Amino acid sequence: MEVIKGKVFIFGNNIDTDQIYPGRYIELTDHEEIATHVMEGADPSFSSSVKPGDIVVGGKNFGCGSSREHAVIGLKNAKVGAVVAKSFARIFFRNAINHGLVVIEAPNLDDLSLKGGEYAKLDVLKGEFISGGGKITFPPLPVNVIEIIEAGGIFSLFKTKGVSAFG
Amino acid sequence: MHALEKILSRASGKERVSAGEIVMADVDVAEVNDLYLQVVRSFYELGGKRVARPDHTNFVFDHYSPASTIKAAENQKVMREFCQLMDIKNLFDIGEGICHQVLTESGLVGPGKIVVETDSHTTTLGSLGAFATGVGATDMAVILISGKLWFKVPKVIRIVLEGKLNEGVMAKDIILHVIGDLKQDAAIYKAVEFSGECVQEMPQEERMVLCNMAVEMGAKTAYIAPDEITLDYLARFGWEKGEILTTDLDYDYDSIIEYDISTIRPKVALPGSVDNVSEIPSENIRIDQVFLGTCTGGRLNDIRVAAEILKGRKVAPGTRFVVIPASKMVFHDALKAGYIDTLLSAGAVFSTPGCGPCLGAHEGVIAAGERCVSTSSRNFPGRMGSTDAEIYIVSPATAAATALNGSLCSPDSL
Repeated sequence: MEVIKGKVFIFGNNIDTDQIYPGRYIELTDHEEIATHVMEGADPSFSSSVKPGDIVVGGKNFGCGSSREHAVIGLKNAKVGAVVAKSFARIFFRNAINHGLVVIEAPNLDDLSLKGGEYAKLDVLKGEFISGGGKITFPPLPVNVIEIIEAGGIFSLFKTKGVSAFG
Repeated sequence: MHALEKILSRASGKERVSAGEIVMADVDVAEVNDLYLQVVRSFYELGGKRVARPDHTNFVFDHYSPASTIKAAENQKVMREFCQLMDIKNLFDIGEGICHQVLTESGLVGPGKIVVETDSHTTTLGSLGAFATGVGATDMAVILISGKLWFKVPKVIRIVLEGKLNEGVMAKDIILHVIGDLKQDAAIYKAVEFSGECVQEMPQEERMVLCNMAVEMGAKTAYIAPDEITLDYLARFGWEKGEILTTDLDYDYDSIIEYDISTIRPKVALPGSVDNVSEIPSENIRIDQVFLGTCTGGRLNDIRVAAEILKGRKVAPGTRFVVIPASKMVFHDALKAGYIDTLLSAGAVFSTPGCGPCLGAHEGVIAAGERCVSTSSRNFPGRMGSTDAEIYIVSPATAAATALNGSLCSPDSL
């Protein structure tokens, strides 16, 4: 798995799925179209300024609220490299892994004093997040989760392995 | 073991399980709502051919009910076709009500069941003694294909509610108080159990409110030990009494938190955040719309409380009062009890049983600069429409008092 490199977009605590993907767009089903509205409730300019590999940084409880999978589909199809947050809401976390979106829990994020706009390197296998002249470490993701992420989501693995694809 | 662990052990064919362990469990009741055409898409992308257990699978059209746009109508059409193709008989189409209430009323949910729905408020059903949790579309598609899903066995936080409720105080005020104290991320990946004198005396519909909003603390599931009140409530829906799994006396809770309920007055979650909770402010906060409804606050007891407050009175000029019963059965019961007549006469506006404007899709969304008082569970920016609108989350009693007054108003000040 390659090191993820991109610009940091910073958000606060309790970024809920209504902010990640507002309810008025839930009827949309096309993944590319969903991506054009991602993060709109928190930063309306996000989808037009995000570049492939950019890293969304959140505080505590990222992805709380509604179970809508659009939130993850939007971030994935906007080609966000990873979401790094102090903690995640559990449905969002499960949805993210199913779609192969890199989600890293790093409770020590404040040690980097990020302001947003910095360039960052995220080494998922080593468990390192480097940005703003600092470095933090986090426990590497479990092997089965890495396998799902490298396969781009659970879909192709499940086709061949059924429920054992989850490890 | 905790009762929830016993439920998970049984469903995963294990003697015992403990917190942190990953289990693959059979799902007794699966439900997909009409926001989730992605379930059908993920089903085929995962290689699905047939639904493993069509008799255990339910579709409920509640979020866009009836369809508010052509796209929503198309999504529902594809889902109806999917149900037909897969021999899924339990398609609860528009107007039947909100999924959690509809499944309860159908006699499908009760103590010991594993219930998974594509809706975060599935925690509501833990009040019936089920292991009930929400998932996204792809997890649900896995259930449709295999009949199973993996779960991490959660630690359990026990919240003990002791004392008697004050006049005008409802379960909603209690849970707002708890969330205001513990905050939105207090129970991530954990289960929350409610117990104590106050819970034991609570009618079932009020217990459902506690478990419904446990997800607003991040809870994976919520739980209330089933008793005669639970079983009496379920009896009407044809639920047959059976063995009830109980928590062992030596079970080691993650934490135990006690509250003295007798000190609690009516509460409000102020705009923007469900854990920003205070007593009802004394200043004059003018309200444009009051919404009574949702899986949190649209059941018969909620409508009864509102009707008693508004009986023979009128909604304040300049304030809109939108009422949406949680299900067709609730609507019918409220009609027979005379509550609908009372509320209509008072100036309420009714809409089809379902989620209504709670998620900002239709039937009463709010404009920039407007203020809404709601019996729902979420007041994130933009939740019910414009991101520049304000949402105050309250109990049904406070909502009715506010409708009468036109400004945010505590029921104990009437």
